[in-house]
Amino acid sequence: MNIDLHTLLPLAIAIPLGMGFILPLLGKKLTRLADTLATLATALLVCLSVLLLIGLHQAGKPQVYWFGGWSVTASGTVFGINLVLDGLSALMLVVVAVVSFAATLFSTRYMDRYTARGKYYSLFMLMITGMNGCILTGDMFNLYVFLEIAAVSSYALVAFGCERDELEASFKYLILGCVASTFVLLGVALLYAQYGALNMAQLGQRMSMVAPGRGSILALLLMLSGLGVKAALVPFHAWLPDAHPSAPAPISAMLSGVLIKAIGVYAIIRIVFNVYGFNDQLGMALMVLGTLSMVVGVVMALNQWDFKRLLAYHSISQIGYVILAIGLGTPLGILAGLFHLANHAIFKSLLFLSAGAVDYRTGTRQLEEMGGLAQRMPSTARSSMIASMSIAGVPPFNGFFSKLLIIIACVQAGRWGFALWAVIVSILTLASFMKVQKYAFYGQLKAKWAQVKDVPLIMRCSMALLALLCIAMSLLLIPGLKAVVLDSARDALVQGVDGYRTAVSALLGAGS
Amino acid sequence: MVYTLCLLLFMIGLYGVLTQKNLIKIIIGLGIMEYAVNMLLIMIGYRHDGIVPILEAGMDVKKFMATAVDPLPQAMVLTAIVINVAVLALSIAVAMRLYQKYGTYDITEIRRLRG
Repeated sequence: MNIDLHTLLPLAIAIPLGMGFILPLLGKKLTRLADTLATLATALLVCLSVLLLIGLHQAGKPQVYWFGGWSVTASGTVFGINLVLDGLSALMLVVVAVVSFAATLFSTRYMDRYTARGKYYSLFMLMITGMNGCILTGDMFNLYVFLEIAAVSSYALVAFGCERDELEASFKYLILGCVASTFVLLGVALLYAQYGALNMAQLGQRMSMVAPGRGSILALLLMLSGLGVKAALVPFHAWLPDAHPSAPAPISAMLSGVLIKAIGVYAIIRIVFNVYGFNDQLGMALMVLGTLSMVVGVVMALNQWDFKRLLAYHSISQIGYVILAIGLGTPLGILAGLFHLANHAIFKSLLFLSAGAVDYRTGTRQLEEMGGLAQRMPSTARSSMIASMSIAGVPPFNGFFSKLLIIIACVQAGRWGFALWAVIVSILTLASFMKVQKYAFYGQLKAKWAQVKDVPLIMRCSMALLALLCIAMSLLLIPGLKAVVLDSARDALVQGVDGYRTAVSALLGAGS
Repeated sequence: MVYTLCLLLFMIGLYGVLTQKNLIKIIIGLGIMEYAVNMLLIMIGYRHDGIVPILEAGMDVKKFMATAVDPLPQAMVLTAIVINVAVLALSIAVAMRLYQKYGTYDITEIRRLRG
């Protein structure tokens, strides 16, 4: 079957963008229509991203889509903005699409407690547009624009309930996020000033021809700081423990599951590997940041009694794992990091959705007030248990395999200290989630929860879908599937600056 | 020299964001930072005694390329201004709602989330 990637590729941005503009027109009376349209749009995105993944595997090489027909001149100057679909983009697209679909299914009933459903879906779709654009784009300034689209939508979504806590969290997130984006823009401006190029492939080519000057190092530091805030790396994580609990549950799932990855981690690794070129100092910086995030995240999480705040701290910790693995720079390390990225998206969004389900029925997020809910909410408890075992790294769930790969990659690279920290953090994560499961779902059923029912069917379905994926994603390590999904993603990074440049255009050869 | 002044303005804006207690002053500090980055971007494209980057009929292309001011940073700045306006509008809306809920613009008192 021949898949025409060039028509399908811009649809990944056009569909959510179009939906984002149509949906706020559906006012109070047409909320069911808004639900249906949003669900259809995200389902369409899932199909589209899977098609793109299969099409990419068939084509065998990265696909580039140039906007408006502007392209590379014969002398090697880039004139247009392009979308690049390589293994890493395809993997991220699928992850974003699947989590968005599950979150949309969940929102159709969860958002009954809020008003302005059309505007909610509009912001949601714009956030997906921003993320898809960020993942696909091949141009630095375009990356900034899509990053801002996603970020501004998420600031508004965190404040959606307009209660005191949510507004405070949103303001904090907004200020930190804006300062971060300004840093990123400053970094892009400095790079442009020094090298005269905005296209990532051309920038990589021009940078590889000279030794890194002070301008490019300053630009890298600025961008790492800015994107580090977006990715919630320690010490840039201060907004996350407030923002993620305050958002409505499906938005928390999206924020924690995909947003910090698509605009934070993905942008960092794309810039580090395909524009600057990976070297040992950068790798060490990433590994230290990653380890710091892992340890601080889990230690702060041990103290928490608010279910979603605890999950937010664990997000920081798991992102630390991903950055640590990618900072190793070895192919196995990169593979492990990307696998953990995809896995974390699935099980963390499932955890936030189950926390939302509990909140929907009991009205509380405090673990001490819950108890024995598994007897009244069996489906939610099962999904939550699967997700907890995934994040804690219990076989046969996906978290176990990705964490094992990370630790093996650390050991193989000779980084015994980092491997030890990874193991310690894993044990502490297990302890933390045993606490969560005990207090929330198992133990004595408190009298006031004797009448709670389980959440509506569609919310249970979306959680069950993610739980099934938690189990099914372990199968991604089977050689056949691994080659299609994970290996091509890893190769997109391992190929470095030169591979990326030739993938984008043969005209960008040496010179110019 | 001009770049140093732009970066100094950026630092002033950052100082405002970091030290001010009033929500509105923080937003203004953010605005100052954004202005500084926009000015830096435009300054990057500047060429001494440059002409407007509009190619009119009958102009020599090579001479045009040699003397025109770089239009790409100007395009970037336009986009950045639009983004900043959106963020400014959102931040002021959130600040107004915060005032309704807490009765104050002082961030030392808007600190319910902790730990």
